[in-house]
Amino acid sequence: MAMFSSLRNWVDERFGWNELIAPLRKKTVPRHKLSYWYFLGGITLFLFIIQVLTGILLLLYYRPGATEAFESVQYIMTQVQFGWLVRSIHSWSANLMIFTAFAHMFSVLFLKAYRKPRELTWLTGMVLLFLVLGFGFSGYLLPWNTLAFFATKVGTEITGQVPLVGKPLMVFLRGGEDVTGATLTRFFGFHVAVLPGLATLLIGVHLLLVQRFGISVPPRLQAEWMAKPANQREMKFFPNFLLRELMAWYVALGVLGALAAIIPWDLGVKADPFVSAPAGIKPEWYFLFMFQTLKLIPSKVAGIDGEVLGILGFGVIALLWLLIPFFERDHASRTRQWITGIAVFALAYITGMTIYGHFAP
Amino acid sequence: MDILRLKIRAAILLPVLLSLYLPAAQAQKPAPAQTQVKNSCLDCHSILPDELGVTEEKFSHDIHAQKGLTCVSCHGGDANNDDAEKSMSRAAGFKGKIDRKQIPQLCANCHSDPAYMRQYNPSLRTDQLSQYKTSVHGKRLAAGDTKVAVCVDCHSVHDLRPPSDPQSKVHPSNVATTCSRCHADASYMSSYKIPTNQFAGYSKSVHHNALAVRGDLSAPTCTTCHGNHAASPPGVANVANVCSTCHVFQAQLFGSSPHQEAFNAAGLPGCVTCHSNHEIVHPNDEFIGTGDKSICTQCHTDGDAGFVAASSIKQQLDQLAAAISSADQILGRAERSGMEVSQPQLELSQAKDALTKARVTIHSFKPALLEADIKVGMATASKDYEAGKKAMEERNYRRVGLGFSLIAILMVLAGLRMYIRRIEEKDNDENPSVVHP
Amino acid sequence: MVAGGRTFTGIASALFLRNPNSMEAGVSTLNPGTLGKPGVTPVRRRKFIETLLGSGFLATSIAFLYPVLRYLVPPRALDLGNDSVVAGRTTDLKPNSGKIFRFGNRPGILVRTASGEFRAMSATCTHLSCTVQYRDDLQHIWCACHNGHYDLNGRNIAGPPPRPLEAFEVQVLGEEIHVRRRSEA
Repeated sequence: MAMFSSLRNWVDERFGWNELIAPLRKKTVPRHKLSYWYFLGGITLFLFIIQVLTGILLLLYYRPGATEAFESVQYIMTQVQFGWLVRSIHSWSANLMIFTAFAHMFSVLFLKAYRKPRELTWLTGMVLLFLVLGFGFSGYLLPWNTLAFFATKVGTEITGQVPLVGKPLMVFLRGGEDVTGATLTRFFGFHVAVLPGLATLLIGVHLLLVQRFGISVPPRLQAEWMAKPANQREMKFFPNFLLRELMAWYVALGVLGALAAIIPWDLGVKADPFVSAPAGIKPEWYFLFMFQTLKLIPSKVAGIDGEVLGILGFGVIALLWLLIPFFERDHASRTRQWITGIAVFALAYITGMTIYGHFAP
Repeated sequence: MDILRLKIRAAILLPVLLSLYLPAAQAQKPAPAQTQVKNSCLDCHSILPDELGVTEEKFSHDIHAQKGLTCVSCHGGDANNDDAEKSMSRAAGFKGKIDRKQIPQLCANCHSDPAYMRQYNPSLRTDQLSQYKTSVHGKRLAAGDTKVAVCVDCHSVHDLRPPSDPQSKVHPSNVATTCSRCHADASYMSSYKIPTNQFAGYSKSVHHNALAVRGDLSAPTCTTCHGNHAASPPGVANVANVCSTCHVFQAQLFGSSPHQEAFNAAGLPGCVTCHSNHEIVHPNDEFIGTGDKSICTQCHTDGDAGFVAASSIKQQLDQLAAAISSADQILGRAERSGMEVSQPQLELSQAKDALTKARVTIHSFKPALLEADIKVGMATASKDYEAGKKAMEERNYRRVGLGFSLIAILMVLAGLRMYIRRIEEKDNDENPSVVHP
Repeated sequence: MVAGGRTFTGIASALFLRNPNSMEAGVSTLNPGTLGKPGVTPVRRRKFIETLLGSGFLATSIAFLYPVLRYLVPPRALDLGNDSVVAGRTTDLKPNSGKIFRFGNRPGILVRTASGEFRAMSATCTHLSCTVQYRDDLQHIWCACHNGHYDLNGRNIAGPPPRPLEAFEVQVLGEEIHVRRRSEA
């Protein structure tokens, strides 16, 4: 269309559009049996965009504050036109995003995409994963229902167990000694301002790095292609991969809509700090594996408090997980086997513990 | 003889014990009155074994002790004297253990003296003795029966707490247990030829549940209906009066119902005939009507006016209960499907109120009166049922909307697929090096 | 629909392809050998794809935008939160009458006294939770279930209720009667 090409020229003369996207035009995506895993990052990004959009819509009616939060969510669910849809999509998309973020991380781990020179991509990605969990934790409290209240209580209580910094950290998170309306305000601030700002920044860096270095290929395949370049198969990023990504996004949209309409997110009962916690209170599924692990550790291990040991253990594991790319210095292939093994174990552990935690009394 | 032995023992032990005990006694100081006043009675009796033993700790809970009265106030004697012989002598006015027949008079010496009691608590009643004399216990005591209850049996002695104290044996929550100590003891009561199942029955009642479980102190216990100091059973004609102090509506309706005259003529007590006296369980709709568990059919037979009325009443109740239940069900289904139905559920509670009210109106035994309540309830229940239906319709509408969106998405997916295929075929032709599947 | 499809392909090719005009010709000018699948000419196939895509995008956009736009319009039922509710209008009640309104998740009772003053309190009887009502003959509040009586301040004056009804603050703004929970000092 002539109109579009003249528009394009106009933009190009004032923006340098052609020069800007020139490298992108050349970008390719490797095609092989495991290429489908490449979509996960984009799906996570899509879900994040959905969260931002539905989150902004929810912000128009939500009121943070112990006396009003629950009622405002009830208002959204019952009085606002399609409020039920926006809210349920927001809740479902949050859970799906955490799932795809984890899946994306594990696929990167198994496909060994964290190798040099992509260590920073891995680091920013891991920090993003922690941010996503933070989004989940802070957002969960906002409807101010009984489950959320006690889950937050337990969660911040566990944080308080960390030696030295635990107590001040807990007070910082709670906005006081106990979980109160002050906690709600604080979590709201984290959830709609602090975390989105950080996440947007990091996503920008993460995507930039991905664009700069291109999509990685698993080591064995890489070696094969170096030996026989004729076997190398690629597809163009623009428009082929992107169009396929778009298909994946539409599928995700369909799944979200179906979940929101058929299994709407429930309201629960308004939180009452003076009522005792309901029996068998558990955190949301994405924290279950840690929660269940802490429950299984005996109360005292070699004189150290079991829960503290568990928390410190998770902290150490998180730190090591962050540093995975840096372990492949010498004996790369052997380290890689180790990493694969540990990754398989971690995946099995997380899955198993989550299921166990779900069915445990 | 025992007292002599004691005197010897006391004479030997006293110096030893005093030297050991006095410092400790002063350290405890449970009641301020005692530290200022010497109480030689307690000095010994707090370490004597049961029967003669009264510990300082026990005595510290006694309201009399807290007000400054001591052993001497009731038992006489001299509390300042450490010599057991002198302090427990007739000369010092020592009365020893008070005889049961004289206990009521002893207590009344103060408690029936308004001028005296005014010093301590002007609002306390002072007619307990005169009331007691009219009670079964009082009358039998006067006739020489010492098995009946006297003041200390219910109120305890030496650790007598005011009735408002939850640990007092005559606190409303404890009264029934206190009465049952005798009245539920079949062997103790064997000579009296009255039933001993009252406490067992009462324990199953709604009144007991209200008092003991829900902590509602306004719920009746033994003394509420029988009186406390003037305890006697209400006569057959008077039982209904007792119940009607709280159950006003039911009594009023009953009073103007055909049953009032009929029961009077038959010498049947109102209320108790259908509801029992002690084992008053929560009534359910089966009590009324013509079914097997119904009470009406104990007198009424098929064909008489009462029978017809009973079945009409039951039918109306069932109708409303069923309407409420179906509204409840559909609202529950809607709620589980994710619809927000708190408003109709709130209104349904008003329909339940109408049913409660109807169950009171039953006591008029007039189906016409019941109709008004039932109608109100039915209107609300059907309105809420409609709300539930609407919620289910909205739920279905959402699914249809979802269906359309999914179809639209599928169209896009199909279109994209085909579009990708097409540009890749084109690319294959243009750029053979970039191979697409 | 077709326009929608054309728009999409136009934008896509303008942004991404080197030669945005290569799509426009019915048969590719660069490669005359591609004559399409047997039986279906490239033009018809292309039109079908464009139609499908166009209508799909349009439909999904509507399915997306319609709820969002309706969401943005504030609903008529004012939500003032749990703490404050518009219980009614001054024209709703005559003196010496009362009405039930919703306060949060529980019923409340709004009373206009004989002297014209408005009072509001919880309508849940403190005895066994029936909903109370206003009795104009007694000029105070009454519970039909077991004959509980409350005065116009909510205090339980006769019958089984063990506690008073929770009293609310009333504020008349224009024609609207606002009822608010009593704030603690």
